[in-house]
Amino acid sequence: MINFEYARANDVADAVRQIAADPTSKFIAGGTNLLDLMKEDVERPARLIDITRLPLSDVEETPDGGVRIGALVPNSDLAWHPLIAQRYPMLASAILAGASAQLRNMASTGGNLMQRTRCFYFYDTVTPCNKRQPGSGCSAIAGINRINAILGTSDTCIATHPSDMCVALAVLEAKVHVAGPGGERVIPFADFHRLPGDAPQRDTNLDANELITAVELPADGFAKNYTYLKIRDRLSYAFALVSVAVGLEMDGNTIRRARFALGGVAHKPWRDEAAEAGLNGKVANPEIFERAAGLVLRDAKGFEHNAFKIELARRTIVRALIQAAHGTPQSQNNKKIA
Amino acid sequence: MAQPNAAAQSSIGSPSKISVELIINGVETKLDVAPWTTLLDALREHLDLTGTKKGCDHGQCGACTVLVDGRRINSCLTLAVMKDGARVTMIEGLATDGVLHPMQQAFIDHDAFQCGYCTPGQICSAVGLIAEGKAKTAEEIREMMSGNICRCAAYPNIVSAIQQVMGAS
Ligand SMILES: Cc1cc2nc3c(=O)[nH]c(=O)nc-3n(C[C@H](O)[C@H](O)[C@H](O)COP(=O)(O)OP(=O)(O)OC[C@H]3O[C@@H](n4cnc5c(N)ncnc54)[C@H](O)[C@@H]3O)c2cc1C
Ligand code: SF4
Ligand code: FES
Ligand code: FES
Repeated sequence: MINFEYARANDVADAVRQIAADPTSKFIAGGTNLLDLMKEDVERPARLIDITRLPLSDVEETPDGGVRIGALVPNSDLAWHPLIAQRYPMLASAILAGASAQLRNMASTGGNLMQRTRCFYFYDTVTPCNKRQPGSGCSAIAGINRINAILGTSDTCIATHPSDMCVALAVLEAKVHVAGPGGERVIPFADFHRLPGDAPQRDTNLDANELITAVELPADGFAKNYTYLKIRDRLSYAFALVSVAVGLEMDGNTIRRARFALGGVAHKPWRDEAAEAGLNGKVANPEIFERAAGLVLRDAKGFEHNAFKIELARRTIVRALIQAAHGTPQSQNNKKIA
Repeated sequence: MAQPNAAAQSSIGSPSKISVELIINGVETKLDVAPWTTLLDALREHLDLTGTKKGCDHGQCGACTVLVDGRRINSCLTLAVMKDGARVTMIEGLATDGVLHPMQQAFIDHDAFQCGYCTPGQICSAVGLIAEGKAKTAEEIREMMSGNICRCAAYPNIVSAIQQVMGAS
């Protein structure tokens, strides 16, 4: 870790002013991703702006029946918050599937959105990586790519976004509130994270001088028919190989409205609106779920070690849709599936 | 525009040290640390409190688990300067008046360790787990203790030890 200066932000305007004044600075919230990357010399900010004392730790109902989550709300507090546990159980489940109890106590809502890929080469500063050092090349494409992406890749980067929480936020169509030197703006969740394209160094559409202040959930939480199914190498404390978040609005056996997103397979939570639309108005059954999975994965491309993810994703989508359609009780602790 | 606060002012000119005050195992403790000192290194290297262990230094093992304002966290992934004013409790602070904390006693009763390297983190994590009050069954304990790796695989005995304390409380 390089030596750096440390400063605290007093309020949102002060945080934005401080970051704009020094392009070598970075915000720090929970620190669980940034300090990890700084110890590896992947991130080398000359100055850290501590935002943890800003008043952004509330979870409040909005006038239109949604919920506004402050950017500093710890992941654990969010998952256990009654409003989230009862009205957005898919989000609670996704959060509790991530990291460990200690890390969730530290990790913030904003930091979770901004966490960087776990691609091995991104972490390994002696190897080329376009995300870490634009133009140096991608070591994963012909390297060890078991954890890398199968959808939306480019020939410059095949990294995935590792967050569980964000997969649920994509299904919920959350909005990201940000403050910058030019004032505030709202970014729809689908536009927040980016595909790698030819600029894999940019994970998100947040500008370098902007601060996430809140994440807003719309009223509809799909609390009856939902799931978050995470497949990984061990039952807990491991990143997803593939995960699927589902929210269905059911009328008896008929699907009124379907939404689902995949984690662990792309540079952002992956939604396919055509595949979702194909489920609307249909009676829930494995055949239509197979068809939806086929649609999502029609352009999937595997690499030497991760081609298994295509079949794994297909099966995970089908199983997650069956679980959600049946309203199968979800347990965070018993990963066996009823 | 807001005035920069004391910490901001004192940070000018790296590598200057910053004064922080932590309540360590109940005792107000002042120390001067460089900004890049993790809470773990502040405890071990500055205060000589080596009960808390460094396993991975990357949030992946839980050996460094301490309680900050009553919540369990990985002390390797936070900076001491960020915790200015916080109450930090580690393994050295759990016993009172020479009597072991019930969780320490339960780990002994159940032989919940072999080499002991993960144990301070396991015990602090278990104390945090009970304070959270979410885990009830053995399965839930295992899931919510997954942030503490034990290379000697004392897991079944760790779960029994935690259940003993839960049964008593
Ligand atoms: C061992 C380990 C296992 C993990 N497993 C999982 C897992 O299974 N699933 C999962 O989803 N996650 C997992 N994580 C990742 C964890 O969820 C993230 O590290 C965490 O959410 C980041 O939040 P933070 O507040 O600690 O961010 P920080 O480390 O403080 O910051 C991360 C980045 O976000 C920026 N930032 C923070 N807040 C803001 C803001 N308000 N506005 C603008 N920028 C901001 C920072 O500048 C920095 O660049 C794991 C992490 C570790 C170490
Ligand atoms: S996949 Fe992306 S992050 Fe990984 S080595 Fe290639 S460019 Fe870097
Ligand atoms: S030393 Fe902190 S988690 Fe391993
Ligand atoms: S007792 Fe040896 S690592 Fe747990």
